[in-house]
Amino acid sequence: MSEPVVRAAERIEILSAETSEGAQELQRRDATNVNELSREVGAVLRLDGLTLDPTSIDMERRDDETMIINMGPSHPSTHGVLRLMLELDGEFVLRTKPVIGYLHTGMEKTGEVLSYIQGATNVTRMDYLSPVINELCYSMAAEKLLGIEVPERAVWIRMMMSELNRISSHLVWMATNGMDLGASSMMIYGLRERELILAFFEKTTGLRLNLNYVRPGGVAADLPDGWQDDVLVICDTIFARTFEYDELLTGQPIFRNRMVGVAPLTAEEALALGVTGPLLRSTGVAWDLRRAMPYLAYDQVEFDVIVGTFGDNFDRYAIRLNEIRESIRIIRQCIDMMPRGDYRSQDPKVTPPPRARIGESMEALIHHFKLFTEGFQVPPGEVYLAVESPRGELGCYMVSDGTAKPYRLHVRAPSFVNLQAVSLLMRGGSMADTITVVSTIDPVMGEVDR
Amino acid sequence: MTSLSSTAPPGVLTSDGLAADLCCFPTREQYVELVRSFRDDGFEMCVDLCGVDYLEHFDRRLPEGVEPTRFEVVVNLLSLSKKQRVRIRVQAGNEEPEVPTLFNLYPGTEAMEREAFDLFGILFTAHPDLTRILMPEEWEGHPLRKDYGVGRVPVQFKESPGPR
Repeated sequence: MSEPVVRAAERIEILSAETSEGAQELQRRDATNVNELSREVGAVLRLDGLTLDPTSIDMERRDDETMIINMGPSHPSTHGVLRLMLELDGEFVLRTKPVIGYLHTGMEKTGEVLSYIQGATNVTRMDYLSPVINELCYSMAAEKLLGIEVPERAVWIRMMMSELNRISSHLVWMATNGMDLGASSMMIYGLRERELILAFFEKTTGLRLNLNYVRPGGVAADLPDGWQDDVLVICDTIFARTFEYDELLTGQPIFRNRMVGVAPLTAEEALALGVTGPLLRSTGVAWDLRRAMPYLAYDQVEFDVIVGTFGDNFDRYAIRLNEIRESIRIIRQCIDMMPRGDYRSQDPKVTPPPRARIGESMEALIHHFKLFTEGFQVPPGEVYLAVESPRGELGCYMVSDGTAKPYRLHVRAPSFVNLQAVSLLMRGGSMADTITVVSTIDPVMGEVDR
Repeated sequence: MTSLSSTAPPGVLTSDGLAADLCCFPTREQYVELVRSFRDDGFEMCVDLCGVDYLEHFDRRLPEGVEPTRFEVVVNLLSLSKKQRVRIRVQAGNEEPEVPTLFNLYPGTEAMEREAFDLFGILFTAHPDLTRILMPEEWEGHPLRKDYGVGRVPVQFKESPGPR
């Protein structure tokens, strides 16, 4: 009679063995060592001199008092395939461990078999919410190795496009964050405004999401005729609507209760964990690579670095909302100051001959063919280059051995590092706060897992 | 070229890379001491840590006196107060690469070291939780090593010649 029961139990055992990640998972208290345990409870950072002190951790709690549960990898509020393992005492979170790798597609390995021209199509898929900035980082690293200058117009086009992309990325964040907190109308508004920007991307590059627009040597195409009007409309519309978001969210009591004072982070902790971007700025550290280590032409435009005070969820929200406004300010200056000239380098080493020449010149045709099949060779060397992505410092470490493909391509993904703050931010919070914490950290899993 | 901090251990080799950053080549014994001296010197953040497999390039350009090994660990430190970066390249070894962990200096290197372990098989001594992070636990091999082949999904055409 008991046979079906056994079978079910066996099946559960097989299933859990198949879906288990073993040692990567959150272990029971008695099955883990002191160092790891203190890291998982986030105690490491609260101690002087950053040394481990096991006595400050509540080790006495017996395992039958707490419960370890899985959140994700297919949970709608984890923004992709993030899996959180939570140890709960009733409704309160004792320990958290993010388990990642569910979207790992070996993009760094793929980057080693693609030429420098093709590489931009690869990196654009990492942080799929800010493709332009990924391509920019990759292209600038390759250009630094090549030692070529890009024309002035290409620099300003890149800057304008990356600011547009920053807005669209923050809008998706506003949308999903609103959705996580039950403000589902924010979801619709955020995506509606983003559509304006995506339509402009489509008009300029031919694609909406994975643009492959910024390439080593410049950008793929010049801006379309009448782009000033399009961009102005985008700026005006979104700027006006940020005040609607203010009305909808900023002052709303339910929203404020979920955000204000929840999951605070101190500047010390943020620096120790290597956290960058809005998370770091929310703690009061005015660190923005656009201002601190200017690249492109960010030293020629006026904008403010938005800084928070308390490092809580609400500060992170306010920083992102105000960064949309600052980006609009930069874009308006780009419209006024956009120089004329080439949109890509005229160095024949990296830039194919113009389409019209291919029809009449055999050499131009051969050159074009060689460039797109073999690619161009990059002098040996190694370079680390960082830009400010909507999520923080996006870095690209590139090693070249003199061939047409990078020998090693490493992308320092801001979300990957920021995600380490999860265990610290969630400790002691309630189960409901985990949703807001993951949301305000804003991880893009494509970038975390690469 | 920027000079090393006064607290840096003596004998650390430096060179100007292609980039404007200062680049140091400590030995494995000097590694942690050097990073500690940089941290005390105002480099508040360890932004990046990754491995490189130079299987085909033992002849790469290195300053005089650095013994090239197959694996290298590259650490990028950032000073917010000085607005400066520094890169540390430590030769990690050939067969069983192993370097000490930076976890006690910069807790944020925890995930990065796990990634370098997962993808290159570089061991980090005294790391609190050195497990795979991106690949499944039962995965064999370390995918970013140069002797690990690039995977390929055969294209499903009728007269497909099969995997190359």
